[in-house]
Amino acid sequence: MALTELAFTFQGQLGNTIADDWSHTGVVGSGDLEVLMEKKEQEGHFTVRAVTPVRGYDEVWEKVLAKFAAESGIGDVSMEINDNNGTPFVVSLRLRQAWKKAKGGAER
Amino acid sequence: MNKEPICWDTLKKDKEERLAAAEPLTEQGGKFIPAKNTKKLLEAVIRPSDRVNLEGNNQKQADFLAEKLCQVNKSKIHDLHMVQSSMTLDSHLKLFRKGIARKADFSFSGPQAGAIADMIMGNEIELGDIHTYLELFGRYFIDLMPRVSLIAAYEADRNGNLYTGFNTEDTPTIVEATHFKQGIVVAQVNKISDELPRVDIPGEWVDFIVEAPRPFYVEPLFTRDPALITDCQILRAMMAIKGIYAEYGVQTLNHGIGFDTAAIELLLPTYGEELGLKGKICTSFALNPHPTLIPAIEEGWVKNIHCFGGEVGMEEYIRARSDVFFVGHDGSLRSNRAFSQMAGHYACDMFVGGTLQIDPYGNSSTATAKRVSGFGGAPNMGCDARGRRHCSDAWLKCGEGSPTTTAATGGMPRGRKLVVQLQETFREKMAPGFVEELDAWKLKENAGLAIPPVMIYGDDVTHIVTEEGIAYLDACGSLKERTAAIRAVAGYTKVGLAADPAQTKQLRSRGIVRTPEDLGIDVSRANRELLAAKNVRDLVEWSDGLYHPPAKFRNW
Repeated sequence: MALTELAFTFQGQLGNTIADDWSHTGVVGSGDLEVLMEKKEQEGHFTVRAVTPVRGYDEVWEKVLAKFAAESGIGDVSMEINDNNGTPFVVSLRLRQAWKKAKGGAER
Repeated sequence: MNKEPICWDTLKKDKEERLAAAEPLTEQGGKFIPAKNTKKLLEAVIRPSDRVNLEGNNQKQADFLAEKLCQVNKSKIHDLHMVQSSMTLDSHLKLFRKGIARKADFSFSGPQAGAIADMIMGNEIELGDIHTYLELFGRYFIDLMPRVSLIAAYEADRNGNLYTGFNTEDTPTIVEATHFKQGIVVAQVNKISDELPRVDIPGEWVDFIVEAPRPFYVEPLFTRDPALITDCQILRAMMAIKGIYAEYGVQTLNHGIGFDTAAIELLLPTYGEELGLKGKICTSFALNPHPTLIPAIEEGWVKNIHCFGGEVGMEEYIRARSDVFFVGHDGSLRSNRAFSQMAGHYACDMFVGGTLQIDPYGNSSTATAKRVSGFGGAPNMGCDARGRRHCSDAWLKCGEGSPTTTAATGGMPRGRKLVVQLQETFREKMAPGFVEELDAWKLKENAGLAIPPVMIYGDDVTHIVTEEGIAYLDACGSLKERTAAIRAVAGYTKVGLAADPAQTKQLRSRGIVRTPEDLGIDVSRANRELLAAKNVRDLVEWSDGLYHPPAKFRNW
């Protein structure tokens, strides 16, 4: 199946990043996705690269990610998402779970 | 005055004629018919254009008699008017394709929904009406009395008494409507015994009995494998438990079929326990014996369950938990669809179910443009019981908080049933759960229906729960406000994207819309660790080995 690659950048809070250098959450099962985060000094920017088989929902991706960015204030993070038909809510749920886990560090 | 003599017992005489025609086919003039004579029996007792009931619902099926009816000589028997709960078997449709039957009044079609729509459009089926179970049962006594009913039972004794046991379901209703209107009752049984475990149907109400060459078919329709429950379903279950069950203190209820309600059942002993709700919610159900309710029963949450039908594999468990279920002196379950539907309508404070599509007014439907799936029993439960007069805290609280309920009667105090829809904003393949116009409208056009088939009407729904939040529609004062509350929880669907953020904020401040955060629910906790049983095997363990899942659910 042809995959679509989407890229987004949001302005987050400077230094509001993850505890360790990188983190990984979730599995690319049917209807699900994995979220990889890397700590990266980029003037507080939160950058996302999403790979998905779903077409025609670019605007929804942007809304879901913008809402997450605004609620979390995430910054200085480079994120990669590998999606396998997750619904918008599954995406936002996984983002919140990944952020909670990564923010607190791997030992939690 | 010269009066034309009127015959007042034509039905009785007609029945006697039919019984006499069947007599040579019986074993020594009794009620028992050798299986090989079944087709001839049906040709002897059924006449063209008769109203015929073929017993079958979403659980048990008189499938042997259905197949034999398909084999009758159609020059002798044709244009039958089928009146029956379900049209789910291939044989049910074959009757129409062969020209043996012409018209259908039914309630539920499930797997045959697409084929039935095609046949209606192709004029192969003349559609009477699509009903809920209770209203179809009602019509059996008013204007759709079956002339001949073909039913299913587990066992018959030598006197023709029937044991329907665990799967009694629709049988008492059908037999009552048929026998006492001088109709003919033909039963297929799995076996003939000298002694029955108990009598469910008296022998004098049954005219003929055929021992079928194989047991009747039963569908395990209400078994949900916990392994398939998603995090989203768990989140909605958490929200429903905290924001509705606990908020209103709902003790008596019915759960629809589906994974959302299965998630709620499996969260009672974990999340419900954590909230201290044991004994305060979910003590009595009108419900099929859902295997996913086993953990809550074992933990002492559930005191009483009345069942519409049986569920394959739950026989022994129920036998061992007779305080909770309704059982005969033999120890096995007595289900009864009509009574359970009545209980669900009048004696329950809440209905909780799911649907395919909800429109901005709150109307919901499981119909798609090319499938006539019917209603089953959900609308009987998923509506306010307007004739209800007894009070309970939950019913009163829902009525007090509902401006439209009290305004309609000049402020006269009145309660209201909670009718809750659990809805995923997007299902698989991004099919939206909220739409501006229900596909039911297209189906109305395609199948030539009088009105769009609506499962639950907007003015009956009191709450919609999605991953985004709960819309407390009971608290809305106008249709405009209700629509705004629905848009506020419709997520990223087109219906949801049309929400006005300022209005959503205002509805949240008034508690008409509550997000998981507003409810004090940590969304990241919504995962499968919260389930009391994570797969079918766990359910077997919870039941102490008393639950015996059907083979297709045994994956270990």
